[in-house]
Amino acid sequence: MENSESYKRRVKVHSPHSKLLKNTLSAFLFGGIICLFGEIIANIYLLLGVKSEDVYIWVTITLILISALMTGLGVFDKIARHAGAGTLVPVTGFANSVVSCAIDNKAEGYVLGVGAKIFTVAGPVILFSLISGFIYGLIYYFLTLFI
Amino acid sequence: MDISKLFLAFLVGGIVCALIQVLIDLTKLTPARILVILVCFGTFLGAVGLYESLFELAGAGISVPLIGFGANVAKGVKEAVDSFGFIGIFKGPFAAASAGCTAALIFGYLACLIFKGKPKRSR
Repeated sequence: MENSESYKRRVKVHSPHSKLLKNTLSAFLFGGIICLFGEIIANIYLLLGVKSEDVYIWVTITLILISALMTGLGVFDKIARHAGAGTLVPVTGFANSVVSCAIDNKAEGYVLGVGAKIFTVAGPVILFSLISGFIYGLIYYFLTLFI
Repeated sequence: MDISKLFLAFLVGGIVCALIQVLIDLTKLTPARILVILVCFGTFLGAVGLYESLFELAGAGISVPLIGFGANVAKGVKEAVDSFGFIGIFKGPFAAASAGCTAALIFGYLACLIFKGKPKRSR
């Protein structure tokens, strides 16, 4: 039997060298382009007369819709393979995880398949954002009492 | 159209993604964990007020990354505490992030009605 240390060493030798620089550069480019696209449609919405406080909410919704379509069509995964964090970090990555979990679990039924598994990634994201928001709320509330 | 803001959106968004890519390559964190780290970090940035100044500067460059989702949670909590007091701690967290959440879940459900699934993949 192999112990875990030598196993780890063997995995390291055989796994492909992480192309850190190339990955980082393409994440930068893809992520930058998605954000640039977001800023461009923000400007367009502003020109169309959307209220300025709602503009970036519309940008988020638009990007989620586009990611949902691209995930459904199977295009998203092909782009994400090259983009890495470039598509994961923007809201596109969150949308992709939610949509692909929903689609992949359709066979298990709409309630316990889609209904439950749609939260596989959305659940943790929502839970931990609520927890961090709750902690901030507590701190902020008690600060306002004393200041 | 403000050209320098477009450039900053590209630059800031790109830098955030590049930093996370380095984190992924060095630690092998799963995508779900990365997303959780991003929202919590976003709430932190929103809480200490750094998010607002970055947002003024780069717009979509910081609001499109999932950091914006977390920062919205912080913003919602702050506004709710300001107007409702203690109960705002419970009312607030969902409020400002609700649009993104609802959109992702509804579009996810609609997409699964329209599109066919592929074989399972591990996550």
